[in-house]
Amino acid sequence: MRIPCPLCGERDLREFTPWGDAALMHRPGFDAGPEAAHAYLHLRENPAGPHRELSYHELGCAAWLVVTRNTLTHEVMGAALAGEGAEGGA
Amino acid sequence: MSRLASGGLVDRSRRLSFTFDGRRLSGHPGDTLASALLANGVRLVGRSFKYHRPRGIFSAGSEEPNALMEIGVGARRTPNTRATRVMLTEGLVARSQNAWPSPAFDLMAVNDLAAPLLGAGFYYKTFMWPKSFWERVYEPLIRRAAGLGRLAGQDDPDVYDQAFAHADLLVIGAGPAGLMAALEAGEAGARVILADEDFTLGGRLNAETAPLAGAAPHAWAAHTVARLSAMPNVTLMPRTTVFGAYDGGMYGAVQEVAGHLAAPPEGCPRETHWRIRAQAAVLCAGAIERPVAFPGNDRPGVMLASALRSYITRFGVAPGQRVAVFTNNDDGWRTAQAVEAAGLTLAALIDSREGVSPPTLSGRVITGAVVTDTAGRRGLTGLTLRAGSRTEQLAVDCLAVSGGWNPTLHLTAHLGGRPEWDPGLAAFVPSAAHVPGLRVAGAAAGVFTTAGALAGGQAAAAEALAELGRTAPGLPLPEAEDMPPRLTPLWAVPARGRAWVDLQNDVTTKDIATARDEAFGAPEHLKRYTTLGMATDQGKTGNVLALGVLGALTGRGPEEVGTTTFRPPYTPVTLAALAGRHARGAFQPVREAPSNALARARGAPMIEAGLWKRAAYFPQAGDTSWRDACDREVGFVREAVGVSDVSTLGKIEITGPDAAALLDRVYTGTFSTLAPGRVRYGVMLREDGFVFDDGTTACLGPGHYVMTTTTANAGPVLRHLEFCLQVLWPELDAVCASVTEGWAQFAVAGPKGRALLERVVAEDVSDAAFPFMACGSVSVAGVPGRLFRISFSGERAWEIAVPSGHGDALARLLAEEAEALGGGLYGMEALNVLRIEKGHVTGAELHGRTTAFDCGFAKMMSSKKDYIGRAGAARPGLNGPERAQLVGVKPVDPGAKLLAGAKFLNRGAEAVAAEEQGDLTSVCHSPVLGHMIGLGFVVNGRARRGEVIRMVDLLRGADIEVEICAPHFVDPEGERLRG
Ligand SMILES: [Zn+2]
Repeated sequence: MRIPCPLCGERDLREFTPWGDAALMHRPGFDAGPEAAHAYLHLRENPAGPHRELSYHELGCAAWLVVTRNTLTHEVMGAALAGEGAEGGA
Repeated sequence: MSRLASGGLVDRSRRLSFTFDGRRLSGHPGDTLASALLANGVRLVGRSFKYHRPRGIFSAGSEEPNALMEIGVGARRTPNTRATRVMLTEGLVARSQNAWPSPAFDLMAVNDLAAPLLGAGFYYKTFMWPKSFWERVYEPLIRRAAGLGRLAGQDDPDVYDQAFAHADLLVIGAGPAGLMAALEAGEAGARVILADEDFTLGGRLNAETAPLAGAAPHAWAAHTVARLSAMPNVTLMPRTTVFGAYDGGMYGAVQEVAGHLAAPPEGCPRETHWRIRAQAAVLCAGAIERPVAFPGNDRPGVMLASALRSYITRFGVAPGQRVAVFTNNDDGWRTAQAVEAAGLTLAALIDSREGVSPPTLSGRVITGAVVTDTAGRRGLTGLTLRAGSRTEQLAVDCLAVSGGWNPTLHLTAHLGGRPEWDPGLAAFVPSAAHVPGLRVAGAAAGVFTTAGALAGGQAAAAEALAELGRTAPGLPLPEAEDMPPRLTPLWAVPARGRAWVDLQNDVTTKDIATARDEAFGAPEHLKRYTTLGMATDQGKTGNVLALGVLGALTGRGPEEVGTTTFRPPYTPVTLAALAGRHARGAFQPVREAPSNALARARGAPMIEAGLWKRAAYFPQAGDTSWRDACDREVGFVREAVGVSDVSTLGKIEITGPDAAALLDRVYTGTFSTLAPGRVRYGVMLREDGFVFDDGTTACLGPGHYVMTTTTANAGPVLRHLEFCLQVLWPELDAVCASVTEGWAQFAVAGPKGRALLERVVAEDVSDAAFPFMACGSVSVAGVPGRLFRISFSGERAWEIAVPSGHGDALARLLAEEAEALGGGLYGMEALNVLRIEKGHVTGAELHGRTTAFDCGFAKMMSSKKDYIGRAGAARPGLNGPERAQLVGVKPVDPGAKLLAGAKFLNRGAEAVAAEEQGDLTSVCHSPVLGHMIGLGFVVNGRARRGEVIRMVDLLRGADIEVEICAPHFVDPEGERLRG
């Protein structure tokens, strides 16, 4: 699999550390209550199809990316810098 | 000798000598081991896996189920090598396997007499009980009887490589379709890789005689290969098997760089594992002929019709002198013609179809007939055929069988694609593209004519070129044979006797019927119940035949039966090739601490901490064990001064106006109040509230911090900080960088530590100028360094850092000065004792299942701010007496031994999981106290100090009483480190 890092170009999968659902971008504060904390920690969509997930270019530029991947075909549909306005969540 | 008088693509002017089971034989350059064996009249080459039946060469390609051999000698002896794929070289040593003492006289052939007991599901039905028999009886029995070749049992002397290649177009297979595709793309200027498992490119063209471009097809193949090799943009890779298709246009291939030689030239890898990244690919892998199941179809001398044609045409070898051909399709006729063209006797062409008109032949032509049995003990001597109600016996020494062709579509299914049944071809063909960018052409696509293959290869290349934005040249296609073979399916001949389907794993039509009768009739069940297709050949000749047989039994077509799943690798790949250079000392990277040269010179054994090598202890003459060294080192740290390399701890520099804000959000404690020149201990949680890491962070100046992490978490903490900065709070203006390798850092610990530092550091290090938890820049023997007054040992201690290039020199200087003061270097063992005596936690305690509350860090959890893990840590069940909490333990009997990993139980409790009170995480012998001490977690432990419980380890046979105590065994008030 190849991931198109916006900074480095298309790179081999093994340079990246996958980190799961991009919903992790939307961290609730501690005062949001236990239900919000529970949802943030544990509740994930499990879509059959396009899925937005975090990936860290650990052996490259150290950028956190949001990679859109089709879970049915493994097709990588795109990648954006997580810090620059990429939307989290499925 | 069975070498024909002429013909074949072998160099008859040169001889290559080789041995088979010790017999000295010879062949020619261009031979495979299989063709050379046949040329020497060797028919019996091995025994089958289960019944130890005599077996001969069955195919001429990588689908070979029978002719598995051990090739080479000594450490280079390689088992389970297909003789049909081994290029003959001078001095080659081959041995048969799975037969003892020899294939001609094999004692294990007694299994064949017991065949009625060894049918489908035999393993499941027989080796079931009693349970205790598994290890002692069944497994040794199965291991001795089964198994294929022997491993060399010696260290592999060769090197293996891994490499990447990039191409616009990868062409897999160099038959007519592949050559034409490569030519079209090569002429268009595209970067082309043409890979083929064979050592001679050309595929079936080298084994056929129908004219191509007005000449022998191998001549066109050779001419085309020459054209391609002259193109700088085309890379030819013979002896290279593309074994797998992966995501994103990635293909795995293994190249026999020197695997065909007895020993690789100096410095040359034996095999290279390629990862080929291609914009587009064309699969031109051809097709594999399938046999027909009839009684006695496994005898040496029975072979695939296409293989017979290959041996005659490509190698100039006659596998038999009196040949019969048994076919259900027109392609079998070509084999009969090739037999006669080579001057051999065609005893009969037996065609199972009624009313067909084979070409005129000198030999007999019998249509509407089937072979119902064969004869011959160690090789074929005759066959029985049935035409209508008439049976007849023929004397033959070779029987060529064709049941049709199966496209070699494996790679198209590697990403989940399912082949589809084409009833017209009576074969599975690739379904719509399931591997993006991969096209299929030629026989692999079910196109069984040379003209069709050439056109298909060219068309596939043209489509790929269009995608790549290149213009296809539209080369003229050579004139070629264009007769699609007609076929009437025939799977199994109805006749009494054992008819083989999977030759390598000895699966018969009867086994398939048994599996069906016992409700294992779905293809995936059938496979596991009978072991069909599970041998090293993965059922390349048997699988589709088995599905046909199964379908016939159940009255369904193969399209209803379905197939099993295809997975990489297409053919076996050595683990050594996959490992590449990552073997032995290079298995993983090694990280050396700056003082390791000194430590090794002092005889210190190294222990591994992640990838790091760290000195365990420093032995001296007279030591009786490592404990002597460890106790000595602990002693001088407590009484004088010790020096230890702590460079392996992670070091992260954090700078920027919002660096303090970041620290406040990642640590449970507050760091924004930390003044320049001060250090603070901090605990980090994961978002779920469990402890992630701990360490100190020093404020070197406004907006400039250096954080230390545990050795193991240096990478994960940096990743975490980057996540916080890039993803959670991009508004924070701060950056972080790992400087772990940049600084060599040494702990200087003990009452005489200051005396040592005063001789090394230019600055004032008095308590007034440099109190506990101070930090600052210092000059270390003229080198700009950093000094931190922090302590992991519980003694008055400092950590002194210099750029790592000066680490070795500083280590030597510190060691010398410490020794002058009655101290010295101490290693990981002493460091561990010192920290347990002080109750400091490490990875043994912070293992991901303990909370800050469990570890006694509750008072470090700020209630005035948010931080990672605050909400998670506040969840019910993580903060009460039900939690196992950090405690110290000591044995009631001071002579008793504590065992890390042991469980705690209350006195009188039964030793079962439900009664567990916690576990012991760290233990050591305390030289100060004179007995063993430990750290561990006990349910409600902090409220139970003084209580006696049990430490139980059923595996190591321990059950002793221990007393719960505070986790600080030495200097609980911390007077030593401040004073
Ligand atoms: Zn990158």
